[in-house]
Amino acid sequence: MAKTRVPAVEGWFTMGAEPALVGNRCAACGTVFFPRAEMFCRNPRCDSDSFDDVELSRTGTVWSYATNHYEPPQPYMAPDPFEPYTVAAVELEAERMVVLGMVDGDSTSMAVGRRVELVLATLFEDDEHEYVVWKWRPAE
Amino acid sequence: MSSDTDIAVLGVGMHPWGKWGRNFVEYGIVAARGAIADAGLSWADIDFCSGADTMRNGYPGYVSGATFAQALGWSGARVASSYAACASGVTALETARMRILAGKCDVALVVGADTTPKGFLAPNAGDRPDDPDWLRFRLLGATNPTYFAFYARRRMDVWGATAEDFARVKVKNARHGLTNPFARYRKEVTFEDVMASPVVSDPLRLLDICATSDGAAAVVISSMDYARRHGRPDAVRVAGVSTVTPSFPNAIIEMPDFSTDSAVAVPVPELGFKDSIAAAAYEEAGLGPEDLDLAEVYDLSTALELDWYEHLGLCKAGEAEKLLADGATTHGGSCVVNPSGGLACFGEAVPAQAIAQVCEVTWHLRGQAGDRQVEGARAGMTINQGLFGHGSSVVLIR
Repeated sequence: MAKTRVPAVEGWFTMGAEPALVGNRCAACGTVFFPRAEMFCRNPRCDSDSFDDVELSRTGTVWSYATNHYEPPQPYMAPDPFEPYTVAAVELEAERMVVLGMVDGDSTSMAVGRRVELVLATLFEDDEHEYVVWKWRPAE
Repeated sequence: MSSDTDIAVLGVGMHPWGKWGRNFVEYGIVAARGAIADAGLSWADIDFCSGADTMRNGYPGYVSGATFAQALGWSGARVASSYAACASGVTALETARMRILAGKCDVALVVGADTTPKGFLAPNAGDRPDDPDWLRFRLLGATNPTYFAFYARRRMDVWGATAEDFARVKVKNARHGLTNPFARYRKEVTFEDVMASPVVSDPLRLLDICATSDGAAAVVISSMDYARRHGRPDAVRVAGVSTVTPSFPNAIIEMPDFSTDSAVAVPVPELGFKDSIAAAAYEEAGLGPEDLDLAEVYDLSTALELDWYEHLGLCKAGEAEKLLADGATTHGGSCVVNPSGGLACFGEAVPAQAIAQVCEVTWHLRGQAGDRQVEGARAGMTINQGLFGHGSSVVLIR
């Protein structure tokens, strides 16, 4: 029986064919937050507490990246045997912010300034579920 | 340079860094007694006990000020306990400095001590999906060295830094700390040793990244009046302290965050966070980078030490590798950076480290740093940054 695909964290991204991170935008000043701002706008000159959910850009450019060759501590769910993985910090032009994500696919082509797009990929699995997370994949 | 907001450093003390596996209180009391003796005082003379907390040693660690006060013997002294991650030591120092400058206290003890587990610093245990520090490990495997590696990779890409440049920082610091009796690692490290060490978080290798250690440091500070009354008019002085937060929007990705602030609504400020930490300390002290003879900076990684050169204003952005290669940051240079050996030789003992930086600068300004003495040192600075937006910097003068 196929495993059920579930998000590894609730409500941070959409699960469709064109997945996107879900943040929110301050209704007063327009500042974007990811993860969502919960209670108050963090712009010090804005006292708004009203936000609208917003899907973030699905593409961006790599600001920096790092490839980890040692198994991190729990709660990271490392595959057995452990495999090195790459984490990228990606600049989103429209939102004027940098968002982290693991790199999906061939990380040897990573470079600062590389175009990447958002995909969903398996983070870990148990007997019934496949837990998915957003990742950045090198774009054509 | 003298100001009516200066305070005196009367005593400094440390417990050697290592992996001793004993109770943090023991280390803290060794450091505290060292600092009190160095000040020529006794515990009963201390008005205020300011502790820097540890999060890994249960309740006694959360109330460190009282824990140390009780271990030294209840004396009725006022007490405070501060937590600001890696900046805890300076927050504890600032709490005591402000009480002194307010005229509410003559002489205070500041203590930080830690016992650390092996390996990566991990988030607190349990299932905590609302805690960003837990989630960054869960969803991204974003260990602390991952963030250090982001900055290192930026230096390589933007300024043309190389892994060899980073290795040279380690070689320098290992040499600086060779005879430091409080350092955990006192061994020459060659360029080849660094380059042959395994890659942890590419581009950083094992010997580019600092370890975690047990250790403790303490200082006794007082008003200048008190110092004069006790025959110490020429004591080393704290001329400036910075405990600033970032200014919105902070455009640099910071541990343990998932993202930076968005600059959609407000433009990015001229000074980034790390620059602003130094700027606030310089402003309070009324001096600048050209006045510094030495600096103790937080070399969590070798590449990060190079970043600090620029944030301190020792050189322009992109010139740190050249500053290092020219020998400006070692003995004989214009500003010796990490004469103690830095975190490269100590390993990080979180609540003790920022206080240890103050101890080191104090020894140099007194001319008591032995083999590693920076000749004729008159002004020195410490700088670091604590998780979740804590600036930490102290300017010391003689």
